[in-house]
Amino acid sequence: MHEMSLTESIVEIALEEARKQGARKVTRVFLDVGALSHVEPEALEFCFSAVAAGTAAEGAKLEIDRIAGAGWCLDCERTVALAERFGACPQCGCYRVQMTAGDELKIREMEID
Amino acid sequence: MCSVCGCGEATIALDKDKADAQAHDHGHPHDHDHPHDHDHEHDHDHDHHHQHQHEDGVVDYGKGIAGAHVPGLSQERIVRIERDILSKNDAYARDNRRALAASNVFALNFVSSPGSGKTTLLVKTIEALKERMAVTVIEGDQQTSNDAERIRATGAPAIQINTGKGCHLDAHMVGHALETLAPPPGSALFIENVGNLVCPAAFDLGEAHKVVVLSVTEGEDKPLKYPDMFAAADLLLLNKADLLPHLDFDVGACLANALRVNPRLQTLIVSAKTGEGLAAFVAWIEASAARRAADMARG
Repeated sequence: MHEMSLTESIVEIALEEARKQGARKVTRVFLDVGALSHVEPEALEFCFSAVAAGTAAEGAKLEIDRIAGAGWCLDCERTVALAERFGACPQCGCYRVQMTAGDELKIREMEID
Repeated sequence: MCSVCGCGEATIALDKDKADAQAHDHGHPHDHDHPHDHDHEHDHDHDHHHQHQHEDGVVDYGKGIAGAHVPGLSQERIVRIERDILSKNDAYARDNRRALAASNVFALNFVSSPGSGKTTLLVKTIEALKERMAVTVIEGDQQTSNDAERIRATGAPAIQINTGKGCHLDAHMVGHALETLAPPPGSALFIENVGNLVCPAAFDLGEAHKVVVLSVTEGEDKPLKYPDMFAAADLLLLNKADLLPHLDFDVGACLANALRVNPRLQTLIVSAKTGEGLAAFVAWIEASAARRAADMARG
């Protein structure tokens, strides 16, 4: 359940930015979470309401964008879709694929009041 | 603030030399960042009801969601952040790495599932290494200081971090432990992470290398089931090799699985019980430490 400490980081960063902007409240937080990252979006949502309680982010909505996995296949010399981390190339079946997308774990933006 | 998951009450038992553990509570908020409270409140008196991009990264929807300047109305704004969620941990990890490099300390982060034999392996490695290189140890567990006591019996100073409900060590905890442990220049620092093949993969502690320990009683498909950890590691130690004659474990298949996930992974087959492969591991530590010191000296 490292989602709990990741959520604490999310709330911490959101509150820090809210303070910088002189905001009263954080109403929505937009995340980019790669489909191949080691994070369960449902677990993040579950933890978020608990961690945000009692802060300026209490009640804020977490909007999670899932970024699809992609990689560069060294044998096909092209970008291919990746369904799993360290998975095979869907074109040639080999495993020489370098992940280029899907590993994201980022706060993109937030809505403040 | 302690960024342990679930608890917020990690304690670090600081008992460097003796086994009389004094618990040291880390409940206080502890920010390493400078508070950045420069409120730049520039009022835009000119009328503009269209959406526009603010120069410091604020997308201002006409100063209010409806574009209206009416007191009392909600003034929601979208603020662009673009920060990695792990950026806080990574900043602490960078501080740790810098401090370790400054005193030429070679740090290894040992990760594995519970029961893979990490602590026994560390004890045996320390005994084989200590004549040539000073060793200090940071032990991570949810509870108890049993592991730190086992390490101290070898004569190596050890600090126990109890993570409470936490499933991994983070760079902030390790930073605090380093302040107390103060590893001597030119030494090796072993960080034994919480036994868990999932969560510790994501958290950089400032180490030179992650070393993943897998025991032959666990099944050769572990690298495929928990790929993040094997991808994050630089060295795989396949432990409990003395048990191989009694098992159906396929060493070749296991290493092939690990290399599929991480083609750069180095591998050693060891037994903490019989000492098989430990000389090779000690040689790897000395060679890697020397290489890292040379890299650091070159900048």
